[in-house]
Amino acid sequence: MAYTRVDITEKAEKVLEELKEKHGNVIFHQSGGCCDGSSPMLLPKEDFYLDESDIFMGEIGGVKFYMNEAQFEYWKHTHLTVDITEGRGSSFSLEIPEGFRFIVKSRLLSKEEEHYFNM
Amino acid sequence: MNHTKPKFKEKYGNYINGEFVDPIGGQYFENTSPTNNQLIAKYPRSQKEDVEKAVDAANAAKVAWGNTSAAHRASILQKIADVIEENLNDFAAIDTYDNGKAIRETVNADIPLAVDHFRYFASAIRAEEGSATELNENTLSLIIKEPLGVVAQIIPWNFPMLMLAWKVAPALASGNCVVLKPAEQTPSSATFLMEKIGHLLPPGVLNVIHGFGPEAGKPLASSSKVNKVAFTGETTTGQLIMQYASKNLNPVTMELGGKSPNVFFNSVMDHDDEFLDKCIEGAVLFAFNQGEVCTCPSRLLVQEDIYDKFMKRVVERTKAIIQGDPFDMNTQIGAQASHDQYEKILSYMDIGKEEGAKVLCGGEAFKAGGEYADGFYIQPTILEGHNKMRVFQEEIFGPVLTVCKFKNEAEALEIANDTLYGLGAGVWTRDAHQLYQIPRAIKAGRVWVNCYHDYPAHAPFGGYKKSGFGRENHLMMLNHYRQAKNMLISYDKNKLGFF
Repeated sequence: MAYTRVDITEKAEKVLEELKEKHGNVIFHQSGGCCDGSSPMLLPKEDFYLDESDIFMGEIGGVKFYMNEAQFEYWKHTHLTVDITEGRGSSFSLEIPEGFRFIVKSRLLSKEEEHYFNM
Repeated sequence: MNHTKPKFKEKYGNYINGEFVDPIGGQYFENTSPTNNQLIAKYPRSQKEDVEKAVDAANAAKVAWGNTSAAHRASILQKIADVIEENLNDFAAIDTYDNGKAIRETVNADIPLAVDHFRYFASAIRAEEGSATELNENTLSLIIKEPLGVVAQIIPWNFPMLMLAWKVAPALASGNCVVLKPAEQTPSSATFLMEKIGHLLPPGVLNVIHGFGPEAGKPLASSSKVNKVAFTGETTTGQLIMQYASKNLNPVTMELGGKSPNVFFNSVMDHDDEFLDKCIEGAVLFAFNQGEVCTCPSRLLVQEDIYDKFMKRVVERTKAIIQGDPFDMNTQIGAQASHDQYEKILSYMDIGKEEGAKVLCGGEAFKAGGEYADGFYIQPTILEGHNKMRVFQEEIFGPVLTVCKFKNEAEALEIANDTLYGLGAGVWTRDAHQLYQIPRAIKAGRVWVNCYHDYPAHAPFGGYKKSGFGRENHLMMLNHYRQAKNMLISYDKNKLGFF
């Protein structure tokens, strides 16, 4: 059986679909730090420089989800589900003008999932 | 005095070139208060054209403003400080309603510190000088500081007026024109400020535009007509803004948050005195400003032999925190700044519990009464666990403290430095050696020693590691907003003899 590190709720995927239509090629990058950090940012793909220090964690709703490797070290034992909530978040994430904010809900990886990801 | 909710107009404009103007596209967004989820007012949903208009106004003003004397600029900054001080209670009520924080904080901390910040830079710029070095008997090197020109500043929502002061005061003092974008959750005090002080400055010197990051922040950070970008926020947006600025080879300063350790050595409990009382308060300062501080002391490290006794008192003090009506002077913590922050904090409590953290107090939302029933309140929470848990590693930006034990100095340092960030830290001890050696070994830009959450002007503030770079709150910030012009002058009448 194939496991995933990151999933998306139906509600969040619906908003993501609309944003993809509006903005074209996009990526998720999990932020850390102050204020609006510790949340996933949806960004135009060509705007954000990705390299080997960004871990590809999976694809949700046709959008690739990345996290910086230093942050991944502290997050790798958890599974993430991207959800959406109403609210006036700030930051440069593309859903902000629509009055929504992507947030991430986490749970521990199961034994089977840990084994699958060679942990 | 009694503090009440401020009154607002239905909608506000951007402040560009010395006047309030409607957004060119005619779009507005609704700004609500996190205290009760009610509409405050509508603010411009600015687009690229609005940003360009503000940047052009700043460029048109920069030569004349850059040539004004330091004495002239200092006198204007003093007047700005006076106006804010005269209207202190109004500014405090606005930031409390817009951000959700308790009124006792805006009255006693946010606004007085903002006033002092303008005064500090008004004074610093007068006392400053360039340098002259005689490199040899005929050669003189003069270093003259020149303003960069136009600076773009993007500020956060946790201390709306104070973060404005930290950015705007040094930029204006050093002779720059500014285009400022306040956070979209807290646009009100910046707007009120321009209503009050706009006439003190020549048109175009200080411009305020409202709107969202992808629509207004991006064109501002990537504009080829600005000479510097200053940002406070989180890491991904920090990288993005640096990339936008890099296209123009523009300098940037970044303040990107932290996960600050607050370390208590066993000697703090040698006596049950005023100092121990101060230490307990120092541990409970995690709840200050609802935890929405980049330097929130959110990782408490306590030496194992005092752990149980010390934590008993910390939990007692935390449970005694008065929460609720942000306009009551007795309230100690107010509402979180927005619904998404509220949801994020609750989701962190879930993963913390799932990872095995033990809830020592709090652990859930707080139901405020009456007219605040729809606001976003969280109980001050203490989670006991270990440093590899995600709640110990990520900035939750809420009133959530994580606590763990350490055996000795080496382990304290290992845990304190096991983080991606390095903005703040606290060290508490009665041991004279630890007072110096432990702060020196912690990799953070600000280490409070036997105190915490003090932000006097002239104490530089900025990050190590992924917390960013640049030092605000100190006159060294002036050089982040200036060029160093070197004039190399020869007094030798004779030629080199090469040609």
